[in-house]
Amino acid sequence: METDASNGQAKLELTNVRKNYGEIAAVCGVSMEVNSGEVVAIIGPSGCGKSTLLRCINHLETPTAGKVRLGNQEINYDNPRTIPHGRELALFRSRFGMVFQQFDLFQNKTVLENVMVGQVVVQKKPVDMARKVARDYLDLVGLSGMDDRHAQDLSGGQQQRVAIARALALLPEVLLFDEVTSALDPELVGEVLEVMQKLAKEGATMVLVTHEMAFARDVANKVIFMDAGLIEQQGSPKDILIAPENKRLKSFLARFHGNSAG
Amino acid sequence: MYNWDFSAIFTGYEAWWLKGVLTTLAYATGTVVGGLIIGVICGMGLLAKRWWLTLPIHIYVEVFRCTPVLVQIVWFYFALPILTGIDMPAWLAAGVGLTLYMGCFATEIFRGGIQSIDKGQWQASRAVGMTYPQMMWHIILPQAIRRMTPPLVNQSVIQFKNTALLYVVAVPDMMYTGYLVVSDTYRPLEVYTGVAIAYFILLYPLTQWGKKLEARRGN
Repeated sequence: METDASNGQAKLELTNVRKNYGEIAAVCGVSMEVNSGEVVAIIGPSGCGKSTLLRCINHLETPTAGKVRLGNQEINYDNPRTIPHGRELALFRSRFGMVFQQFDLFQNKTVLENVMVGQVVVQKKPVDMARKVARDYLDLVGLSGMDDRHAQDLSGGQQQRVAIARALALLPEVLLFDEVTSALDPELVGEVLEVMQKLAKEGATMVLVTHEMAFARDVANKVIFMDAGLIEQQGSPKDILIAPENKRLKSFLARFHGNSAG
Repeated sequence: MYNWDFSAIFTGYEAWWLKGVLTTLAYATGTVVGGLIIGVICGMGLLAKRWWLTLPIHIYVEVFRCTPVLVQIVWFYFALPILTGIDMPAWLAAGVGLTLYMGCFATEIFRGGIQSIDKGQWQASRAVGMTYPQMMWHIILPQAIRRMTPPLVNQSVIQFKNTALLYVVAVPDMMYTGYLVVSDTYRPLEVYTGVAIAYFILLYPLTQWGKKLEARRGN
């Protein structure tokens, strides 16, 4: 496995990725491309495999088959002996930043430490530099001055913004967002989407699994509709969200009308 | 009314009692520390989810958990030499029995403590690129140890009291010393009351410390 030298310019490619849990197929052969600076939104009914697909990208789930390539670095799951493990796998993973539905801030760390720990432990940065970087990203997500708080002292929206800062501080090449607003109180969704919108504008490469149709329409370059473990349709937000032709997509979107898709 | 006379059991026996207290403390500390080390190793082994590792550990834990420690000490002292030819002196047989007994409970506490940590903590650690040892050291263990402390203190208190069983193989702990003093002075009331008080004085601070740790955990 070789690493792409041109940091931040890497293209993400999935080729025929499958994930089975025993007899049950969660992802049934998905291929997709995400270019540098692109924002790709994955939508679909619950249980369609979209979160599993996202977790296959950074090997939180081990795909059963297929290839995942980021820049020059490829993991070929068709040849299990070549799948990296240990440190090599951890380094591949650290090229992605991931944000989860339940925030998952480190409970034994303060806000600042949450954003520092990956830099210090994984990237071996000096503590002073890591602290400075952490403060910069906490500032970016609008959480200056909360350094010493713990997760349980923060609102859900604040926790999720810390989680975003934690992911950003590692300078990932691709950001993965897994239904990051689904666990938030409605009035807290806006502050998190605002941060994500800012990142998209600044050219971050993002893959997001979401139920926020309005956000996908406004921010995504490409929308992927998944159903039963397969990509049913993909295209521009306009094609997918505004003038859909696919029958299953239509019936899926109908449930959001009058809600956020407008 | 009984005429208490504690001086009768102390005067002339100071050296015996001192040795008894030190022996008890040494066994309590030694077998707790040994048991914790076993607990960490076997607990980690259970998490590895390899059957050839978990099966023997499960057998060890269940055998020692489901037999009385008194039986274990006696077995190591009397039965093991006959079966294997390994002739252990009494002090060692008792130490091994008590340590393995502590170890099986520590194993379960350790495994439970680690498995109680939320799945989100594991996936978030992996997502930032931590290797398994880094994740354990920086994220999982610090949280797990806080949860494990109260049950471990509790088990240590029980273990401390279990050292009184040393007397069956004539290791001169507080209890066996008491037995010796009784046969010398014929004053069992003073001796066994004194021994009970001594255990209490030694253990009460430990339980209070455990309570403090538990309170700190709640913040």
